[in-house]
Parts: sequence; C-alpha cells; structure tokens
Amino acid sequence: MAITLDQTIAQKQQSWLSAKLGSQTFWVVIAIVLACLFLSYATDSFATSKNLYNITRNVTFVAIVALGMTLVIITGGIDLSVGSVLCLCSMILAVVMHAGYSIEIGIAAAIGTALVVGAFNGVLIAYLGFPPFVVTLGMLSIARSLAMVASNNTVVFEFGPDHDLLLALGGGAWFFGIANPVLYMIVLALITGFVLRWTRFGRHVYAIGGNEQAARLTGVPVRPIKVAVYMISALSAGIAGIIQTGWLGAVTTNIGAGMELQVIAAAVIGGANLAGGIGTAFGAIVGAALIEIIRNSLGLLGINAFWQGTFIGGAIVMAVLFERVRNFRQND
Amino acid sequence: MAVLELVNISKHFGAIQAVNDVSFSLEPGEVVGLMGDNGAGKSTLVKMIAGNFRPSEGRLKMDGSEIVLHRPVEARRHGIEIVHQDLALCNNLTAAANVFLGRELRRGIGPFQVLDYAAMYRRAGEIFNELKSETRPRDLVKQMSGGQRQAVAIARTRLSDAKIVLMDEPTAAISVRQVAEVLNLIRLLRDQGIAIVLISHRMPDVFTVADRVIVMRRGQKVADKKIADSSPEEVTGLITGAIERV
Repeated sequence: MAITLDQTIAQKQQSWLSAKLGSQTFWVVIAIVLACLFLSYATDSFATSKNLYNITRNVTFVAIVALGMTLVIITGGIDLSVGSVLCLCSMILAVVMHAGYSIEIGIAAAIGTALVVGAFNGVLIAYLGFPPFVVTLGMLSIARSLAMVASNNTVVFEFGPDHDLLLALGGGAWFFGIANPVLYMIVLALITGFVLRWTRFGRHVYAIGGNEQAARLTGVPVRPIKVAVYMISALSAGIAGIIQTGWLGAVTTNIGAGMELQVIAAAVIGGANLAGGIGTAFGAIVGAALIEIIRNSLGLLGINAFWQGTFIGGAIVMAVLFERVRNFRQND
Repeated sequence: MAVLELVNISKHFGAIQAVNDVSFSLEPGEVVGLMGDNGAGKSTLVKMIAGNFRPSEGRLKMDGSEIVLHRPVEARRHGIEIVHQDLALCNNLTAAANVFLGRELRRGIGPFQVLDYAAMYRRAGEIFNELKSETRPRDLVKQMSGGQRQAVAIARTRLSDAKIVLMDEPTAAISVRQVAEVLNLIRLLRDQGIAIVLISHRMPDVFTVADRVIVMRRGQKVADKKIADSSPEEVTGLITGAIERV
C-alpha cells in the first residue's frame, strides 16, 4: 500500500488558501476592496481623510452590536431587542449623568441595565424554553418603552459634571487621528474573535449551534452558555449605546430604532448562518463595513437615497446566494 | 470479577413498568448483545447504566462495590462511556473538536487557558490510528461517511480509561461495508479488555460479534445465554414472544 493510515490521518483536507477562497467573508472583503478602488477612481470625495473618518466611525455602532449578535446567531438564536436595548442603555446613561452623577456611575448603570436585560432574555430562552424570536421581540417593545419612561420621552443633551468627558469618549480621536469608536470596535472585535477561536466557551457556542442535543449529551453546559450569549449581545448593544451617546451628544428615545435589522444583515453578510453553527467576529465587522460603504457610495455617486434599501437588500441576498451555490456544489 | 453487575433493577414511570427485576453481570472484554422489540425496556435499562435515569429499585455494582449515578457525568467518571444512537455529533465542527467536545484540552497558566489545538489534533489522530479508521482529525464531520462518523463517536470513549462502552444501535442506517468497519471497532475495544453492551435490532451483527445475548420483552429479561448455545431463530422467537423464556 502506497499510502499508510498514518499519512491519511495526518493529511490536511484543504490548504489555507483554498479554505480562504471558500469562505463567504473573503469574498465580501474582495467586494469591499473593489468598491473602494472604484469609488476612489470615480469620485473625488471618497478617498479623502474626512470621508474615510466618517465611514469608519459610522461602521462602528452596527459593527459592535453585530459582534454580540454573531454569537447569538452562532448558537442558532436571534436577538431582535438590540436596537431598543441600545436606546435604553443610552437613556439610562444620559439620565443618570444628567442627575449629576459621575461618568463612571453612569456607565456602570448602563452596563448593568444591559446585563439585566440580557439575562432576562437568556433565562427565558434557555431555562423556560421560549423561542428567541418571541422573547426578544417582546424585549424590543419593553426596552424602548422603559427608555421613554426613564426620560419622560424628552431629549437629554446635558450630561452633568462629566459632560465633556463623555463627549470626548465618543467623539474624540485620541490615537493617530482614528475616531475613538473605531478603536473600541477593533478592541472588541479582537476580544470576540479570540473568545470564539481559542476558548472552551467559544467552542461550546459553535457546538450548541451545530447540534444542541449533542452538546447536551456530551456534557456541554448548554443553558448557562445560552444565557451568557444573550447577555453578551445586550452588553454589546449597551456599549454601542454609550459610545453613540458620547458621539451624538444627545439622546432621544428613537435612537437605534430598526437597528436590529441592520445588525442582523451585517452578521449574515459577514457569513453568519441563521441556522446556527457558523459565523466569525471578523465577518461581523466586514458585513457592517459593506453596508456602510454601499450607503456612503450611493450618496457620493449622486444616486437617490431611496435606492439604499434596494442595494443593501441586494447585498444580503447575494451573500446568502453565494453560500447556497457552494452548498449545491458540495451536495452534488 | 464482574466489571458491572445489575441486581434486581426495576424502573417504573408512574404506572408504567418499563424495566422489571432485571439482573445480569458483565465481564471485562465481553461483548453482550442486548436485544428486544421497541418498548421492551432496552433503552431504559441502558439509560440507567449511563446515569440518565435512576433505578426505582435494585442496585448497580462496579467491581463489586455499589455505585449510585445521578448524572451522565458521574457514569463517565466511573468509566462508563456511551455511543448514542444518533452519535451526538456536531456537523459544523471538526472530527477532533467532536471527539473532545465537553472535554477540550487546554494549555496556559492559571485562569488564562486557551484551546490546545495541536494536542487535540495529535491525540485524535492517534485514536483514529488505533481504531484503524481513515478519519482525519481536521475534517469537518459534515463531510464524513457513516463509518467515519461512527469512528468519531467511538473515539470519544477512548479519551478516558473506559471500562464499559454502551453502544445504542451503532449499525442502524449505515452501509454494509461500514457495518463491517463498526463491528471491527467493537472487536478492537473488546481486545483491550473493555466490556461492551451492544443494543441492536440486527440479528447478524449480534451473532457476528457478541459473546452473549440478553433478550428483553415487556421489561423483563427472558433470556441470557451464550451466542454459541443460541440461534437467530430462537432469539427471534424470544423477542416476539413465540418462545416464552429460556
């Protein structure tokens, strides 16, 4: 026999390059690069530092929430409440700081709120067996309503003694002229990527999405992990809310409205599979970036803004179409 | 000495008597075929050995001393491993990831532990080699044949020093060639002194690989004899009730 059993077992199925070529995320990156090249060539205003600063900063809010959403989607769940949770956390931060408390207390209150909301979602889903869609749809309504209650549906734009610090946190650029939110996004993406790839927790998140029953039988603590995942999703919305508050300098009760759909779109374009088991942190960022570039470029190219939805929707369908085509080939 | 002994085990769910006063023992390196029609109590019996259910009455003994199992993890700690009927595999993970699922190897200092991919690939490869299975640790389970999937599920039982392996319908729904592979795997485990309980509907498999056959009907043990002293016809009669008891 020419090939021994040892050699067969040691053999890698595919090279690093072919694995990259087969991933949806890779092709979305290519699409982004091509779009950027085209836009730099076709317009004068795209490749300016001011426009790039704007794009990178705009990407961050959807991208940060998409990181948490990607974890939820990998477990086979969905979190529709993120837009409302973002609003609630922003409002809690704003109201607490407006009342004269320091920024530390304000942020702690906002983060605490996010974790409580996430734990509530998670416990209902993991321990009481509610469908994620229903629980988080309920929370979508509850969280926004609570934000209105907390602020009496007013706009908050004065943040007490630490007002300037909050605005600098979200609106500043402390590091080589890169907008602060972008730095937070990069740090959070690296943490998420590390957790998914290198920790037991991350491995179990994928296992739950792949086959929940199998995960349970092999001793994976399925329910605590699911609760944790919904808490992380709400936390990511809370963090995005805090940063967005600092950037905007004002909070209304309609920030983050409809954001859940953009976030889910970003995760899906970046390769997360709504059936569970597949998704990456890098994909979430890339998906959010593609959406923002589409939006930005339509403006620069002078195309009517009403077309935005068509192009973004088209990107979602294209990304998933790619995945389908690949599956058809494998099934043949 | 018997590695596992069941003494007058019964299990009822409310008014339903699923297992009724069953006793048997398992010797190291012995393959026992557990047969019976659907609802005869095979699965309930196995789930009690695996720690999924607690017996209503009776005792379990391992190596002569009594054990009480509350959860599957405790059974595993005693050296009882299970290959589940649907294999309990995650298609989206690699073979090595599935083998180590719930028992991942890690490296690092103190609380800073990361998954040790290299060690898991290496160990999984060693186990597949030992099982003489052409299964690559880095392949996704999604792309594997039925026989390879069985090898992954069986490889899990080789991580710890298992004394007893319970196999629930390991040859259901796979091809003829793969059945032969699985039966070889069972022989390999047996040769290492592991006691195996093979639950199966397939008469030829049990008669090929088992040393002894236990037949269950309506929660009771109706036969427990050496394969050499029995025949497929007799076992069929015992399963259906044409033969009352031997």
